[in-house]
Amino acid sequence: MKVSIDADICQGQGRCFSIAPRIFTFDDLGNGVVIADGTLTDQGLELARLAQSNCPEHAIFIEE
Amino acid sequence: MVRATSHFAYSPNDAEIRQVTQGGQLTDREPVRDFAIDWDHTDPQWVADPYPIWDDLRERCPIAHTDRYGSGWFPTTHDAVSAIANDTEHFTSRMVVVTKNRFPPGAPPAPMGGAPPITSDPPFHAVARRLLLPAFAPEPVNALEPQIRALCQKHLDALVGRDTIDAGHEYAQFIPPGVIARMLGFPPEDEDQFRDFVHVVLDLVDLEPEIRGPLFWPINAYFSAQIEDHLRNPRDDLTTFLLNVEVDGKKLAPEHVRGSMVLILVAGIDTTWSAIGSSIWHLATHREDLERLVDEPELMEVAVEEFLRFYAPVTMARLVKDDYEFRGCPMKKDDWILLGFPAANRDPAVFAKADEFIIDREVNRHAAFGLGIHRCVGSNLARLELRVALEEFLKRYQKFELDPSSDVTWAPGQVRGPRAIPLRVG
Repeated sequence: MKVSIDADICQGQGRCFSIAPRIFTFDDLGNGVVIADGTLTDQGLELARLAQSNCPEHAIFIEE
Repeated sequence: MVRATSHFAYSPNDAEIRQVTQGGQLTDREPVRDFAIDWDHTDPQWVADPYPIWDDLRERCPIAHTDRYGSGWFPTTHDAVSAIANDTEHFTSRMVVVTKNRFPPGAPPAPMGGAPPITSDPPFHAVARRLLLPAFAPEPVNALEPQIRALCQKHLDALVGRDTIDAGHEYAQFIPPGVIARMLGFPPEDEDQFRDFVHVVLDLVDLEPEIRGPLFWPINAYFSAQIEDHLRNPRDDLTTFLLNVEVDGKKLAPEHVRGSMVLILVAGIDTTWSAIGSSIWHLATHREDLERLVDEPELMEVAVEEFLRFYAPVTMARLVKDDYEFRGCPMKKDDWILLGFPAANRDPAVFAKADEFIIDREVNRHAAFGLGIHRCVGSNLARLELRVALEEFLKRYQKFELDPSSDVTWAPGQVRGPRAIPLRVG
């Protein structure tokens, strides 16, 4: 299970890294980035899904 | 040192503006009969309570039209708002505030517009935006938290011992100007007068151009004085940064520097103050939510997002680039689009129980900060100010309600929020 952010879609709305700060962080422009390679635990998957359902730009993708 | 404040001697005061407003148009305004074919976002009914109007239009239209302001469209569904916000091919951001005069004399043309990057189109937009993003990224913004908290406490300290307060004029509206003035490096003692700027730019939109135009003169003079002062005395602030930064080896055009400064000041002030005010107003009128937030402070983060969804203060505008049929609407070149992010936030197709405020709403894909490339540059700062302002307010007051002896007033135009919020806190 892996999560990723499409950098072309992300506009730096900032929801992902405030909801799931262990999975997402931000770059120096404030855009969301996935920490490490985005591999998810079961608990991580739940949080990643919550972040995904709060992203206004639909920029988060999860491979299950 | 330039005595910038002296320019405010020419600034119109509230009484003058009221006189102009009444003389200018309020009295001769045609009442709206049907918002579907004649919408007006400054109509008293819309200003007082726009939500039933939007719900009705969403079902009936869902894109309403008006011949006012020289012809404009108002999409009410999340889907249509999102489609237009993401379509920079057919819609331009050159003008983002709906006024009677689309192209005031001297307004910088596309792709920059008068207040880059909010008024800019691609590809110039990305250049102007990239310059501002680092200053408003989470890390530098989070570092401001202690300052913001101290500012909130200072204004709350001034209210100690009072049984009734105006949480708008005596609290909410002080917080954002204090923060943004510091970021731009403007003298903190000018904060009071920043509110006049905002009023002219955002509230007085349906004045005739020949009346509205001169209201900008003192604003322009103030910015000239600040630019001059920062050129002579460079310091560590956004104004100095904009004056010195180079893109491809060239400094920014003077109108770019000035436009970005105007944007940061105007967009950073009454937007956030409106959000703080609406949230306090909500808590004053919904006791169960107030009690819950006091008892469960860990809810603050999701509550802030619901305040932002439910009371999203900001509506933006676009212009139609060329004649274009959008979802059956025959849009003409230079027609206005009133881009109702707050209406999108109430769309039941996207939000469960869209018309209910749910303080612990977990799934909340709201569009309060816009969608697409023009996402509010200051959203991290706005969220921080809103959260801290509410936290500090609730530390002082755990019980409060509207004071029935005076009226709540709401701002007209494209930034919605309560101005006066009379509360009983004792």
